[in-house]
Parts: sequence; structure tokens; C-alpha cells
Amino acid sequence: MVPLSGYLFLSAVLFSLGLYGALARKNAIAILLGVELMLNAVNINLVSFWRYGDTTQMAGQVFAIIVFAVAAAEVAVGLALIINVYRRRNTLNADEIDLMKW
Amino acid sequence: MTAEQIIFYIATGFILVSALMVVTTRNLIHAALWLVATLFGVAVVYATLDASFLAVVQVVVYIGAIAIMFIFAVMLTKRNLLDHVPQTNSNWPWAAGIAALTGAGLLYTASQLSTFGAQRPALSGDALMNLGKALVSPDAFVLPFEVASILLLAALIGAVYLAKK
Amino acid sequence: MNFWTDPIHVIYQGLMQTFTGWGMAAEVAGILINLLGIVLMITAIMVLDIFLVWIERKVVARFQDRLGPNRVGPWGIFQPFPDIIKLVLKEDITPAGADKWVFNLAPILSLASVIFLWAVVPLASRIYGVDLNVALLYLVASGSIGTLSIIMAGWSSNNKYALVGAYRMVANMVSYEIPLAASLLIPTILSGSMSLTNIVNQQAHGVWFFFVSPLGALLFLVAAIAELGRSPFDLNEGESEIVAGFHIEYTGMKFGLFYAGELLHAFTFGGFVAALFFGGWHGPWAEEYPLLGAFYFVAKAMLGYWIIMWIKYTVPRIRIDHMLAFNWKFLTPLAFALLIVTALTHRFLMDFPTWVYVPGMFLSNVLVAWATLEILRGNARRERLAAEAH
Repeated sequence: MVPLSGYLFLSAVLFSLGLYGALARKNAIAILLGVELMLNAVNINLVSFWRYGDTTQMAGQVFAIIVFAVAAAEVAVGLALIINVYRRRNTLNADEIDLMKW
Repeated sequence: MTAEQIIFYIATGFILVSALMVVTTRNLIHAALWLVATLFGVAVVYATLDASFLAVVQVVVYIGAIAIMFIFAVMLTKRNLLDHVPQTNSNWPWAAGIAALTGAGLLYTASQLSTFGAQRPALSGDALMNLGKALVSPDAFVLPFEVASILLLAALIGAVYLAKK
Repeated sequence: MNFWTDPIHVIYQGLMQTFTGWGMAAEVAGILINLLGIVLMITAIMVLDIFLVWIERKVVARFQDRLGPNRVGPWGIFQPFPDIIKLVLKEDITPAGADKWVFNLAPILSLASVIFLWAVVPLASRIYGVDLNVALLYLVASGSIGTLSIIMAGWSSNNKYALVGAYRMVANMVSYEIPLAASLLIPTILSGSMSLTNIVNQQAHGVWFFFVSPLGALLFLVAAIAELGRSPFDLNEGESEIVAGFHIEYTGMKFGLFYAGELLHAFTFGGFVAALFFGGWHGPWAEEYPLLGAFYFVAKAMLGYWIIMWIKYTVPRIRIDHMLAFNWKFLTPLAFALLIVTALTHRFLMDFPTWVYVPGMFLSNVLVAWATLEILRGNARRERLAAEAH
């Protein structure tokens, strides 16, 4: 049997990889890819805490399902926004999309 | 070593390697395909956690919808940021530092938990049945469930509106 | 218990004794036997797949008033072997500018996504890979891996035709997944389970779901054909428009894998139609003799496959806007309406005896079908009048 620490290690490393991707990448789509990795890391945590806790309490799995829904919504709207930005500004470089920056 | 442990360690290695490829590959289509590999590995991890429903939904929602959408978005914006340009911004050492610190902090916090090295209890009851009941029973999670469906509807309308122009 | 009543268990026990007799630990032996079972299952499916090539060619010949293969072996039954030898001997071309890894991975994934499905198919009362409690979702999941393989093939070929074919196929598969999932929910509601084994067992001890929900079976068949990308939904290939679609650049055995995957996919969906709506392995004496049940199942799957072939070779390809309109304006609303009606009638009639329940459910389906046809007729009339007014 794998102890809980194995899953927590996996999710912590996956989360920091996703964070690196979201912070360091130039391309707006690549940033969203990093965000997806972080969401997955969170989900692994939720499900493993469900499995190693009281398995009749379904909160962990239910939260994971809500995260799925939120991730789907986020990607749909996020990619639509990115494609719109690309059509208007002809760039996807997150550094150049800075009209709101002071 | 039981079979389950072997599967878990292989899946962990696979997930971490492919996640590393997601954030470092220059070709964005390859990054999206490595994301698919990561997501598949996560589905395997769910299966080792006896969450069969989540494992399958992970494949349906993430690989079948989200990853495909990513690939489409990359194809629709292909002329931008070609492979030979550096794909990271100038702050990437800072980003790496912050990510490493966050990871270390998460691991430290997790290791302080009393349940850190816990072994899993036996599965009580039919998890799938419990999940289904929890999602629709009024004294459990029916409200978040409905709110999620409204969120999806709003996202659908928003995406259609944005993409129409 | 002997070989005829529970073959898998008897074989398992026998192998277990042999392996532990050789001094192997029981756990390792168990894993080894399971692996052997998987290899055996895949081999059996692939051998069947070889003969599906012959069946397909023979049946299409009959539909087109030809003889079909008749030179190699009796009735040309060994024709697939020369075909395979030809495919293997052909030059394996990777186009310039192709993305090698993705290009080579796509056909493997395409065939694998079909073979995955056989893990959950109950061949007989006690012969099945695994009794997964989310088997129907698993079906949808393997479909999404198929979608992925097609977009990988289309993109990596570095060919505009291939990309257009892949776009069409993905539009097709992603949209038809919705009525497919909705029609899969109908057997789920009727049996109260997503496990295929449970669904088939319910039908074996009760009524075939076809008699309870004929419209659901029809919807599933249409959505399944679209999901397969077979005619009339074969826009992904569209020989007269985009040459061969996503597999235009594939040669030799790589093309062979796509082809084998397509045939096997069609047969597998025939099997799912049989398992979900026609009682799977259920038939006379099938409960006691699982091998007979497996025979019934394959026969029913062949019938489903034949219907899919029948539709493929008689209905012409439809245009892409018609295809999408058919899905979003007709099939999806109908699937959801039927789902709601089925759920409500099932709940109301569930405590009544079978002779009330089955006709009641059947009538509710007929009612939905009639209402749909009325609405369609009204729409058609309005459109015709508007056209005549101009």
C-alpha cells in the first residue's frame, strides 16, 4: 500500500511544475496549460484525502467533480478570450498584452 | 511491493516527466499532447485511489474536451511565437524560484499533518452509489452541483458570444 | 462446476495449479494468468478482425450486386491474408515535414481505443474482462481517445486534406458524443446500473431493453454510426472532396491499423447495441452454458454490424452543415426529451407488473416518436409554404 505521503508528494511537485509553467511561459495558451496542471494537482490532493479519510464522506470526490466543471468552463472562456485577443492584436505573447498595465 | 505500488510509482514518474515536458517543450502542440499524457497518468492515479468514476470522467472531460480544445486553439493561432523563439519570459528564474519554494512549502506543510504517513482504511460501502447520492441529495451537495451547471451554462454562452465576432 | 458451466474459472484454477506447482508465488501467478488472459483476448479480437475484412468486402459486394473476393480459399475467405501481406510489404513512407512521433503514435492509439472497449464487454454470463461499475462512461472515454488519435493523425501528416478531415471528424465526434451519452443513459435508468454485466443480467432475467425503449436503441445506433465516422457520416474521409481525409498520408500497415480499427470499431458498436438493447449473451440455455452465450453474443453483434454495414453502403454521404444541424437541432433535443420521458415513465410504472410496464414504456416511446414526427412535419410545411410564397 502506498501511504498518503506518496500522493501528497506527487501533487505538490505537480503543482509547482504547473506554477512554473503559468509564471514563466510567454504564450497565453501555455499559461493555461500550466493552470490545468495545477488544477490536476489539487484534484489529486482532494481525492487522496477522501480515500485516506472517512470514505463515506464524499466531499473530496464531489469537490473534484466541481473542479472538473470549473476547469472546463475556464478553458472554454479562456481560449475564446485568447483567440479573440489573437484576432485583434495578432499576438499571444502575454508580455505584449499589457493595455491594462500602468 | 504489490502490483498497486508498482502502478502508482510508474504513474507518478510518468506524470512528473510529462508535466515537465508540458512546461518546457517549445512546440505548443507537443506541449498539449504531453498534457494529455499527464492527464492520462492522473486518471491512473485516480484508479489506484478507487475513484473509478473520476478516472473515467478525467479521460472524458480532460482528454476528450479540454485537451482537444487546447490543440484547436494552438492550431488556430499557429503563426504566433514560433518554435525557435524562446518560450519563456525574462522572469523565468524568478518563476522557477517561486515554484520551487511553493513546492517545498507544500511538502513541509503536508509533512506536518498527523495523517501524513497514514495507510488507507478499507473502502466502506459502494463509493459510486454514495457519490451519486451525495451529488443530488438536498442535505449534501445539490446546491454546488446546480451552481456548477449554471457556471457551465454561463461559460457556454460566454464562449459562444466571444467566438462569434 | 465443470468446464462447460464456468470455463474461465476452471482454466484459471488449472493454470494456477500448474504455475504454483512450478514454485511460483500465488500473487505473481495471478498477475501472469491475467496478463495471459489479456493477450489471449486481444489476439482473439485481432483474428476476428482479419475475418471482418473478408465479411465487409463480401457484404458490400452483395449490396452492390457483385461477387466480392472469391479466389483465395473457399468463398475467398482467406482473401485478408494476401491483403495483409501486401500492406506489410508496401513501402513505409513518412511525409517530409511530418511530426514523426505523433505521426507514428496516432494509428496505434486509434486501434488501441477500440481494443480498450473489449475489457468491459460481457461475452457470456461468466466470461468478461472486468465488471467495471462505470462501463458506459468508459465507452465514451475510449471514444475521446479515438478523437485524439484522429486529430493527431491529421495534424502530424503536414497535409491540408488530412487536417480538414481531422477537423471534420472532431466536429462530428464531439457533437455526436452528446446524443450518444444521452442514449447510453437510457439503459442506465432502466437497469439502475452503469455496469454492462448488470445491464445484460437485468435483460436476461427480464425483458430486452429494445422492447422497453425502441427509440433509445435507434438513437444509440445513429449516434454510434456518427461516432464511428461511417457513411452517411464519413465526411472525415470524403473521397470525392478531401481524398481520404486524416489518413491520406499513411501507407502500408499504418494505414492497415486505421482500417482494422475502423472495422473492429463498427463490430464493437454492433456488440454494444446487442449488449445494451438485445440482451447481450441472453438466449436459450445461455445461462448454464457460457460458451453458447458467447456464441449468441457474437451472432447478435454480427447482426448489429450487418445493420451498420447496410446503412453504410446504401445511404449517401450528407453535407457537413446538414450533419451538424441534424445533431444539434434534431438528435440532441430528441435524446434529452426521450431521456426525461423514459425516466418519468420508468418511475411511474416500475412497481406495476411486467405486462403493464413493458407496453407502457413502449407506448411512451411511440408517443415521443410520433410527437417528433409531427413537429418535423409542421416545420417542413412551414418551410415549404415560405418557399412557395416567394
